[in-house]
Amino acid sequence: MSGEAAVFARGLTRRFGDFTAVESLDLEVAGGEIFGFLGANGAGKTTAIRMLCGLLPPSGGEARVAGCRVGRDTGALKRRIGYMSQRFSLYEDLTVLENLEFFGGVYGLGRAELAARADELLPRLGLDAERGRLTGSLPLGYKQRLSLGCALAHRPRVLFLDEPTGGVDPVARRGFWDLIYEQAAAGVTVFVTTHYMDEAEYCGRVSIMVQGRIVALDTPAGLKARTGGADMQDVFLRLVDA
Amino acid sequence: MNRILAVVRKEFLHILRDRRSLAVAVLMPLAMVLIYGAVMDMELRDLKVGVLDLDRSDRSRELVRAMTSSGFIVAAEHLPGREEIEPGFRQGRFLAALVVPRGYGGDLARGEARVQVLVDGADASTAATVANYLQAVVATVNRDLLREAGLAAPFGARTRIWFNPELVSARFVVPGLVALVLMMICALLTSIAITREKETGTLEQILTTPVTPAQVIAGKVLPYVALGALVCTMVLLAGKWVFGVPMAGSWWLLAAYCLLFIVIALALGLLISARSPSLRVAMMAALMVTMLPTMILSGFVFPIASMPGPLQVVCRLLPATHFLVVLRGIMLKGQSWFPLQTAALVVMAAVLLTLAVRSFRLRLE
Repeated sequence: MSGEAAVFARGLTRRFGDFTAVESLDLEVAGGEIFGFLGANGAGKTTAIRMLCGLLPPSGGEARVAGCRVGRDTGALKRRIGYMSQRFSLYEDLTVLENLEFFGGVYGLGRAELAARADELLPRLGLDAERGRLTGSLPLGYKQRLSLGCALAHRPRVLFLDEPTGGVDPVARRGFWDLIYEQAAAGVTVFVTTHYMDEAEYCGRVSIMVQGRIVALDTPAGLKARTGGADMQDVFLRLVDA
Repeated sequence: MNRILAVVRKEFLHILRDRRSLAVAVLMPLAMVLIYGAVMDMELRDLKVGVLDLDRSDRSRELVRAMTSSGFIVAAEHLPGREEIEPGFRQGRFLAALVVPRGYGGDLARGEARVQVLVDGADASTAATVANYLQAVVATVNRDLLREAGLAAPFGARTRIWFNPELVSARFVVPGLVALVLMMICALLTSIAITREKETGTLEQILTTPVTPAQVIAGKVLPYVALGALVCTMVLLAGKWVFGVPMAGSWWLLAAYCLLFIVIALALGLLISARSPSLRVAMMAALMVTMLPTMILSGFVFPIASMPGPLQVVCRLLPATHFLVVLRGIMLKGQSWFPLQTAALVVMAAVLLTLAVRSFRLRLE
């Protein structure tokens, strides 16, 4: 861990009326780390990510992402992060290239910059041949890679992926994770949620959230040793049912 | 600025990709100008009237001749007897019947003549027009008879209609269509465009970028303003070229008021999209709030003065009502001073815009 953490949270809390969705979240993620943010449905993962992305103001605690204080330096924060949600938020009536150009454009990239970035990203995503195709006609796996591309267009320092691989085949998932590794190797911090426990094994460290609190945070190997689980699936079930 | 442009460009792509909606947005108003302009003629020509002349005198024939020589009325048939009137109405052979009683000629000489006019009231607005025509004919015949007797009627009224002497309906309809088009494109289409993006989740995706809500709204709204202005110009030019709708006042003033009305329409559209949970609700709400009142209660077709009191209050609360007064004033009369309407429109724009921005902020939280 060199210098300041890429994602840092202390006592981060979000309440909706009487309901506490996220309770006193503490975590620290280093630059270039792939951090798996696991939990059952409704455990509060999405609420936590929405706070860290500046979409939802916290009710308490503090957090810093890419050096920006959450809830304060929102403009700078948003320029330094990329966010890909579980619903692929692409425009189906726009082509692959137009989607990429739009998302680059709202990050303030100029025309020449956009063109250069598209020429660099599309081949890496395996979408170069599809650049003129309407997004609505693409297979799901392609859409996911394009979604990732749109979140990467402005070279973010921290990438938030909220269940990025839902509903695609294992080959496509493996390909997607290759892209994630590539980004991490280039120094991008990846903060990812997933329900696939084989994917959890790919992460450097993993946290498991139950009812708004983090109940465990360690490397996959460390978690297996501590809980005595054979694999991450086993670890997850033991922690969540406990 | 780059950011707004990115949103504008994307929104234009949406509009251009959806060819069918674009065609509806552009062609529907044009078709409406042509159809309304041609069909909504308030005048009736070649009206068929059944005549039952029981007098069969020179005087009665004179009356029938006077009636049919006006150009508006043709005698459909001479009826053999009273019992033929009702079947004639029922079968639609004529819309009115004139009954000249026996002894009409003699009564006329004594100044006590009466004729009977029967009107088919099934279509109320036509019936009223028919009755008016027949009254006018009777008045004319009366005047001629007086003159014949060496008397002059104590006074007469000469009507001259200003600003639209032939009462061409297109001159009346085109300003209303401008209001309707602006409402349709700027309120209806805008609210649909924003609600759709909320429904697909792309709005949330956009909000994770550094773009501010105000920039998103500006970018989404500008293409529709351009489209609205384009279609509006087309409607005005079609009215001018096809129906000779005049432009007595200033185009600039017209454009300025259109812009003010566009702001109102956009605010309404935003308000609707902020309050609607789904695309379907947004569409229904936009139709109910924007299109229907603009068509029915703004004085576009139905005169406000003849509506019941409470409804007239509702009419005054509609922006389109005031906008129409201004439009007709500028186009037909060359007016340039509308203190009351301007105040009303500015207040409405301010109130709606405040509400829209406030509820939009709340929704984006």
